[in-house]
Amino acid sequence: MKDRTVLLARYGLLAAAAVFIAVGLLRREHLGVMEKAVRICLECIGIG
Amino acid sequence: MSGMHRNRIKGKGISLQRVVQLASAALLNGYAVGFQRGKIFTGGSKALCVPVLNCYSCPGALGACPIGSLQAALGGKGHRFPFYVFGMLMLFGILLGRGVCGLLCPFGLVQDLLHKIPVPKLKVPKRIDRPARYLKYAVFLVLVILLPAFAVSGSGISSPYFCKYLCPAGTLEGGIPLLLSNSGLRQAAGLLFQWKVLVLVVILAASAVIHRPFCKYLCPLGAFYAAFNRFSFFQMRLDREKCVGCKKCEASCPMNVEVTREINGTECIRCGKCRSVCPTQAISSGFSWDPGKTESIPREEKPEL
Repeated sequence: MKDRTVLLARYGLLAAAAVFIAVGLLRREHLGVMEKAVRICLECIGIG
Repeated sequence: MSGMHRNRIKGKGISLQRVVQLASAALLNGYAVGFQRGKIFTGGSKALCVPVLNCYSCPGALGACPIGSLQAALGGKGHRFPFYVFGMLMLFGILLGRGVCGLLCPFGLVQDLLHKIPVPKLKVPKRIDRPARYLKYAVFLVLVILLPAFAVSGSGISSPYFCKYLCPAGTLEGGIPLLLSNSGLRQAAGLLFQWKVLVLVVILAASAVIHRPFCKYLCPLGAFYAAFNRFSFFQMRLDREKCVGCKKCEASCPMNVEVTREINGTECIRCGKCRSVCPTQAISSGFSWDPGKTESIPREEKPEL
């Protein structure tokens, strides 16, 4: 793979990740993550 | 210096990879009293996704599992695109690629340790191994994305299918410790728990004879990070002019990567085994800002011998 392609993909994906996180924070999605993570997920542990 | 022990902490007989893995497992599951009380941590750090498969229902977990969070967001009411979780996953992926699997994942550490058990090892034939590697992409697409997004119950929400039916980390880190310390949960455990324990036992038993079977064939997080392996800032580097073609690196690679052909291929977990066995020190690893320095070191930059 050409260096220029890797360079573009590398920094492009880094920028996209930052934008996604910022949009998610603006939509307060992190609170949804926390709400789920602070309760025991019965399905995750195999209770149902 | 012989390449054989370059990856070891001087005088300790423990590899740098193992030190990082142990530190990561302890840091990500640092809420020790949770194991004693049979309760999980409820502090603010649970809003942060961790880079690895680490169940947020583990009594010690200080952060949120990204795969569990992804399914919860896709399967929750509204079914909105989870920008935050995808952004976190992309960030970890572009920084480390599958270095997350080799260096940070506690379930990877469990598999590594089980593979140390002195029992005969199984080398999966290529005709089975190669196609089976694609299973993890199917697990990611079907169990983590499609089913949670579209197989919705009457209440408008859907199950976290991967966590519910397949995830062995949830059973090991969450289910078993919680059931041991919480009698109410113990009474509620039924057929589903038995299924999950069976999955866990099969994967753990397989780990003794096959290196990291869950990472190779089933882990959806590994599948996601694999897409970033060629672009990530953390890379393996092969100096082709130092390489003598002995293939010791390929013989030692636990993930069966063709190191001399594609050192940063999708299956490389950056564990550093290839680096430690290279007799000419042709392999190195680290963060690289310039992709031109990824695959090989140009002649003019090499020190005079």
